[in-house]
Amino acid sequence: MKRRFADLHLQPNLDNMEQTKAMIMKASELGYSLVAAPLPTFSPENFAQKLRATCHEAKVDFASRLDLKPKTAKELLHQLRKFRREVEIIAVVCDSKAVARQAAKDHRVDILSFPTVDPRRRFFDRAEAELASNSLAALEIDVKPLITLKGPAKIRLLFTLRREAAIAKEFHVPIVVSSGATNELFMRKPLEMAALASLFDLDKPTALNAVSKTPLTIVKRNREKLNPNFIAPGIRLVRKGSDCL
Amino acid sequence: MKAKVRRRYLALKIDSNEKFESKEFMDTVWNNLLRLYGEYGASKAGLTLVDYDMEKGLAVIRAAHTEVEKVRAAIASVTEINTKPVAVHVLTISGSLKTLRRKLRTTA
Repeated sequence: MKRRFADLHLQPNLDNMEQTKAMIMKASELGYSLVAAPLPTFSPENFAQKLRATCHEAKVDFASRLDLKPKTAKELLHQLRKFRREVEIIAVVCDSKAVARQAAKDHRVDILSFPTVDPRRRFFDRAEAELASNSLAALEIDVKPLITLKGPAKIRLLFTLRREAAIAKEFHVPIVVSSGATNELFMRKPLEMAALASLFDLDKPTALNAVSKTPLTIVKRNREKLNPNFIAPGIRLVRKGSDCL
Repeated sequence: MKAKVRRRYLALKIDSNEKFESKEFMDTVWNNLLRLYGEYGASKAGLTLVDYDMEKGLAVIRAAHTEVEKVRAAIASVTEINTKPVAVHVLTISGSLKTLRRKLRTTA
């Protein structure tokens, strides 16, 4: 069966619908079958509907995603309670160690994101990976800084990513490789993303899964959970009322 | 007996509104390969420009088959040519020019 690819982190300016549409069209052209873009926390459903329509035109599937940027662990819990059932993907931007730890152990978090390139501010260490391995969270690595940074900054980033990828592998934490693209020129084909993942020592099958199987599994799992007939993992409502007899 | 050198041909598309000379394009690819893998790594790639269409922004390059993933990563790292923003995408890869052209015709 032909492999399907997903880019879970397009970052268009959602107020600029032309640019957003161009990026979605580009994603379709590059061979992605599913894309996701972080929605604003105010009225995410309105933006999601617009994007879904655009994606339908481009013949790509759209998954709604929210990037939570809490300052404290308590704030994270509050935001998770508020938004978990609103969107298909919840990513947590980990700006502090406390938030990173809470996000890693919470089953409602799908993606752990460490946007900074400063190695001291990236908290994906062995303790974080152990917590994440017991929940369902995946580590997201954006390709954009890899292609835009140059010189010592890129070397430091590659060093950090290599360490993080090795830890994730050791603790069986899934890795998602996304573009993090803010415009079309930062978007790359899935196989090119997998090739870039080899820079931080991901082997080819893992790199390919990071742009296909892993993100698609996250979306599939959450769509199942958001289905009104879902009761618990593996249990769903088949019939109710007089149909039961 | 000397082992046969296996090669791969890569068809590339330059995604930009600007047009570039073949030399500007190849210099950029070489620089990216050199920056990522160093002189030793770049020397193993055996990179050669086979065909270049400036108007369409299409290029065909040849590389050693063992180094294709490195070349692909170097090409994906290209963000500008002569300070003009671009993206370069690999359209298709093949073991011979004949099949590369056939694949290009079918995908076009």
